Amino acid sequence: MVIFKIEKLNVRFGSVHALRDVSEEILEHEILTVIGPSNSGKSTLLRTLNRMNDLLPNLRITGTVELEGENIRRMDVEALRRRVGTVFALPLPLPLSIFDNVAYGPRMHGLRNKKKMAERVETALRQAYLWDEVKDRLHESAFKLSGGQQQRLCIARTLAVEPEVILFDEPCSGLDPISTAKVEDAMLKLKQRYTLVLVTNNVKQAARVGDRTAFFLNGELIEVDKTEKIFTVPRDNRTDDYIRGRFG
Amino acid sequence: MNPHRTQKIAFSLLFLATFLVVALVGAIVVIIVQKGLPAMTWQFISDVPREGMRAGGIFPAIIGTLLLVGGAIVFALPIGLLAAIYLSEYARDGLLTRIIKLAIVNLAGVPSVVYGLFGLALFVVFFKFGVSIVSGSLTLGIMILPLIITASREALESVPRSFREVSLSLGASKWQTIQHIVLPNAIPGILTGTILGLGRAAGETAPILFTVAAFYLPQLPRSIFDQVMALPYHLYVISTQVPNVDEKIRYGTALVLLALVLFMNLIAIIIRYKFRMKKKW
Amino acid sequence: MRKFREFIIEKLVLLCGIASIFFVVLIFLFLLKEGFAVFKTVHPFAFLGGKSWYPISEPPRLGILPLILGSILVTVGAAIISIPIGVGCAIYIAEIAPKKTKEILKAGIELLAAIPSVVLGFIGMVTIVPLAKMLFHLPTGLTALSGSIMLAFMAMPTIVSIAEDALYSVPKTYKEGALAMGATHWQAIWRVMLRAASSGILAAVMLGIGRVIGETMAVMMITGNAAVIPHSFFAPVRTLTATIAAEMGEAVIGSEHYFALFAIGIVLFVISFGINVTADLFLHKRQ
Repeated sequence: MVIFKIEKLNVRFGSVHALRDVSEEILEHEILTVIGPSNSGKSTLLRTLNRMNDLLPNLRITGTVELEGENIRRMDVEALRRRVGTVFALPLPLPLSIFDNVAYGPRMHGLRNKKKMAERVETALRQAYLWDEVKDRLHESAFKLSGGQQQRLCIARTLAVEPEVILFDEPCSGLDPISTAKVEDAMLKLKQRYTLVLVTNNVKQAARVGDRTAFFLNGELIEVDKTEKIFTVPRDNRTDDYIRGRFG
Repeated sequence: MNPHRTQKIAFSLLFLATFLVVALVGAIVVIIVQKGLPAMTWQFISDVPREGMRAGGIFPAIIGTLLLVGGAIVFALPIGLLAAIYLSEYARDGLLTRIIKLAIVNLAGVPSVVYGLFGLALFVVFFKFGVSIVSGSLTLGIMILPLIITASREALESVPRSFREVSLSLGASKWQTIQHIVLPNAIPGILTGTILGLGRAAGETAPILFTVAAFYLPQLPRSIFDQVMALPYHLYVISTQVPNVDEKIRYGTALVLLALVLFMNLIAIIIRYKFRMKKKW
Repeated sequence: MRKFREFIIEKLVLLCGIASIFFVVLIFLFLLKEGFAVFKTVHPFAFLGGKSWYPISEPPRLGILPLILGSILVTVGAAIISIPIGVGCAIYIAEIAPKKTKEILKAGIELLAAIPSVVLGFIGMVTIVPLAKMLFHLPTGLTALSGSIMLAFMAMPTIVSIAEDALYSVPKTYKEGALAMGATHWQAIWRVMLRAASSGILAAVMLGIGRVIGETMAVMMITGNAAVIPHSFFAPVRTLTATIAAEMGEAVIGSEHYFALFAIGIVLFVISFGINVTADLFLHKRQ
């Protein structure tokens, strides 16, 4: 089933043409990895999907993005972001306790019942493989966690909102290999329940976790295909060059 | 001349200039404390002025100043805080924002005695509040508004952008984000600005001259439409308008006023310092 | 419901944002409303250029030239003293002082900013005034000079903090470039830093002067309040601000005297408006 349907999407910031004529579909329960050199438009795509770009001045968007058949520009922006969660590049805990970080989203959406909240937080932390490490210190500041733990906390925080799609914006860029492996593990398991879009600078990571991979260059979607195909028989030379590390 | 020699002379002169200013500030504080301390008795703090202000205490003036300052903050804090929220969270760069910022700068630059005139014309005469606590508090409130806006805005803007992004990305609305993330983390800064505003209001004389301050009123006000004595005006009166006041009383009054203002500043500094210590990001 | 709340809050916040503009306009309007009436009897030029201020004689003579000159004299005196010292302080604090000393010095300047002007006026009365009387063998120490000294002191926090900011925001590379070419630290400051920071320092000076012109209580307490055209720094003068503060208490509401004092308020408002807008332009030019 198609979750996101992107058609002829163009995004401009002032005079910068960040995305050019991008058309693409994102399917249910897949991990779509998005690769490409920096400034290729990967992150812009992500930030367009949940309208985080709305915050920027001088933004112009043409083309359409539909979430399950509904144009996202006509949706209530908060409702959209509830359905499409984000995990940012750096671990960004809020200056709250571990528990309150995870509970933040549901609380904003009106969940008041304490018991239900505790359950929700526990489930989210378990799904992010963090529960066992933090269950005894839920009320400590989130800043006391290690970098890898903080990033999994951020994943749990996003999960607690019970989204349909989770956007990962280079989520492992600040992490060591062991923490990265844990986050990747979590993503692979999450795919059974959610649709994941992973923007990454790490080509090997794309090969490890992606069902399909999209390659972006200078704001254009060069090609998108099953990950094995992209990595073995890409149709475009530029994709091949990038994967082999010849530029970027 | 040898450039190193020039540098030595220049640096010595600069040091001298700076030392002069700071030493004089220190000297002023020391003089007031030294000469004012002998006047500090319980009676001086708690009694009404007597014998045409040549004896007794300054209790009504202390209470008057506290009331005025309290009134000013009740008026200025909500408006100032919301204005700061507008500037830091909602305003986009444009003509309106530019004009608002310019207006704030101008409001901060209006001479204090002009605030006095304005308060007289608007609150005392036009609104017929009379010479009263309401008129004085509102005048002082408008005067400290720019200070509160500027300080609060700085505090709000020092909360990292990323916190707002995270909150919004979780589906929280703009106001929820402000309420639950931005404001709680900006409170120390807002508090600091507010207290500095209080200090400023407590020390000002010109804005209250024609709007509230009573020359000699040895009793406490019964309503907000009464006049009150105020510390800065009282100091002015006993040092220029009333002959033969014991020096001790003048210095004592100056000390109480100075102590009140510096105490507020001290609290502000402590809050700022503590906050910096435990800043989490 | 949530949308509605967001909408209301957004409008409320906007309203408070605009309040500053509203108050500036309101202040100006009310000064005009009360002050303009005086021009029915006195021509604006006669008001500004009139040489005598006898507001309670019959008929009142309302020329504020002596007051304007009084303000100018005191301000010029204060500027001459405070600009070199203030900018010097700023240079010392921004460039030369070691880190710990810097914190102490800044705290000292902040402390000065916190002292109420009436307290400084009182201190001026008991220190500068008798000193001036003794040193210059004057009949009274309540002179323009005493006022200038006190005001120079009071302008210090404004000048120092803004000029220091300006110096601080000069890119480090400027200074390093000069030092790399063999200049001494002082040459780098004098030839490069001061020039690069000039618009900010100018703004600092202007705002300092704005502070001086608007200062009321201290000036009223130590300049002697003689509303005559001043001929010397060693004679008593009266400023625009002090006139309002000293006389409004006695002026009958609705009398010509009352209107005239408001008209002086208009003059002060216009001056401070001009200074602040110009200084703001300089500060923005820097960014």
